[in-house]
Amino acid sequence: MSDATLDTTPPRDLPVRDEPKTVAFRGGGFAPRPHRWVGALVFAVLILIAEWGTRAGWISALTLPKPSDVLATFGELYQSGLLFKHLGPSLSRFAVGSFFGVSVGIAVGVLIGLFSYVRAGAVPLVAALFPIPKIALLPLFVIWFGIGEGSKYALIAFGTFTPTVVATYGAVDNVDRTLIRMGQSFGLSWWSIVRKIVLPGAMPGILSGLRISLAIAIILLVAAEMLGAEYGIGAYILQAGSLYDLERLFAGVVILSVLGVLVSAVIGVIERRVLGWRT
Amino acid sequence: MDIRLDAISHSYDDFEVLRDITLDIPAGRIVCIVGPSGCGKSTLLRFIGGLERPRAGRVLQVGEPPAGCLNPLTYIFQDFALLPWRTVEGNISLVLEDHGIRGQRAREIIGDVLARTKLTDFAKALPKQLSGGMKQRVAIARALAVNPAVMLMDEPLSALDSQTRELLMDDLVSLWSRQPFTAVYVTHNLNEAVRLGHQIVVLSRRPGQIREVVTLDTPLEERQFGDPELDAKQKYLWQLMRDEARAADAELLNV
Ligand SMILES: Nc1ncnc2c1ncn2[C@@H]1O[C@H](COP(=O)(O)OP(=O)(O)OP(=O)(O)O)[C@@H](O)[C@H]1O
Ligand SMILES: [Mg+2]
Repeated sequence: MSDATLDTTPPRDLPVRDEPKTVAFRGGGFAPRPHRWVGALVFAVLILIAEWGTRAGWISALTLPKPSDVLATFGELYQSGLLFKHLGPSLSRFAVGSFFGVSVGIAVGVLIGLFSYVRAGAVPLVAALFPIPKIALLPLFVIWFGIGEGSKYALIAFGTFTPTVVATYGAVDNVDRTLIRMGQSFGLSWWSIVRKIVLPGAMPGILSGLRISLAIAIILLVAAEMLGAEYGIGAYILQAGSLYDLERLFAGVVILSVLGVLVSAVIGVIERRVLGWRT
Repeated sequence: MDIRLDAISHSYDDFEVLRDITLDIPAGRIVCIVGPSGCGKSTLLRFIGGLERPRAGRVLQVGEPPAGCLNPLTYIFQDFALLPWRTVEGNISLVLEDHGIRGQRAREIIGDVLARTKLTDFAKALPKQLSGGMKQRVAIARALAVNPAVMLMDEPLSALDSQTRELLMDDLVSLWSRQPFTAVYVTHNLNEAVRLGHQIVVLSRRPGQIREVVTLDTPLEERQFGDPELDAKQKYLWQLMRDEARAADAELLNV
């Protein structure tokens, strides 16, 4: 390189004057926004692929039933009136069992959050109960509560109880202490502080715990019905499965999925109405 | 109603925080407490409000709180402590509900305190929609609603920018001029202390002891931004505090 070239061209790594550039944007993401149609689109695409595959033959009929056949089975189920015969008992078991499990769970969780003696006594107990596969206890529940509805309610209640407790006391622990201090400094009664400060403050955590608890409730519902019920989605799926009737099996599974989506949507609506104050 | 602190000492386990604080807080006056970080100012305020008990000494209430006073000792917090799920109105009604004040009477009180803090248009807003200065005005309105005998303020303006702080100091002065209230005002900011304090209590570094009580006679309304006499007082206070603050700072680093 000669001196002449150095004089005429500015050095490449030290640009003297450059075109102004827009500063690159890097602040996006990490802020979930609602895109409802995306969820529906994912379902639709998966179902269309399954339909296409089973029709074209690259998915064998033994691997997966045709979605359209499942739909037809579902239609039959609806017309014969069997749908509601199965759905009715299932829904009432789900409702009763999870109602007891969730309400007792929230109450115990709040007590653990508020009283250190209750915490010291109950937290190890809950930790011991949580990992027990509740289905394994079904025979025990049958002995305690009978073969009828009682044992099913108990199983679902017990299964939803533990996750609700854990979510609730975590949520109570996370309530802003300065708000509680504020309540005390204005002379609010203990009960007012619990009702107007602790419970609303714990609500976000309780609701997200509810999503998990209710999904567990659906799983346990089916398990309980598979082990001993004439009617119910679980019984229906078990019958279909033992006959290798894949259409009916899938019709049953779809009902469960729809139930799960509905429960989640209902909680979503509650969250939007109750937690509108969150930033 | 006066407040008397009688030989208050306190330690958390072996950690001595306050030593032998004796102080009178006369009715209708604003007493500012300044001191280096960690010297026990917030702790002292919690004792005065009955949220904690000192190891030794007593907090005394001299005389009865005036009639119609719902919560004699009322706090205003640095971080506002508004319930985010309640509107401005709801946050104020929170502290009235427990005294059985609802309906028309509650609406009258809420309307009155919102007017006094210039918040009438924001009655239905949620805290997340308000700026920091407005949130603190809501907290002040909430404190006024219970008609306190003594207001206990722990760095109420520290979370705000300096312009908002000036405006809120003016608001506090005009509230006080219209109806003098008693206040204990903890602050880091000497400028706030000389603008709002009738008495300024300077605490030493931890364990906090009273180093000096500075009295300011200029009426609150006449204290202007940049007043030379106040500046002189502020400079004097800073000289009192500088060495303490420096020592306190070094101490915190050594912990
Ligand atoms: N509950 C507590 N348990 C143990 N130590 C505490 C407790 N509360 C405060 N302290 C300690 O006591 C000392 C005084 O605390 P305090 O909050 O009263 O100081 P402060 O003067 O308000 O400080 P700042 O100016 O930073 O607000 C601090 O060193 C703090 O760590
Ligand atoms: Mg403090």
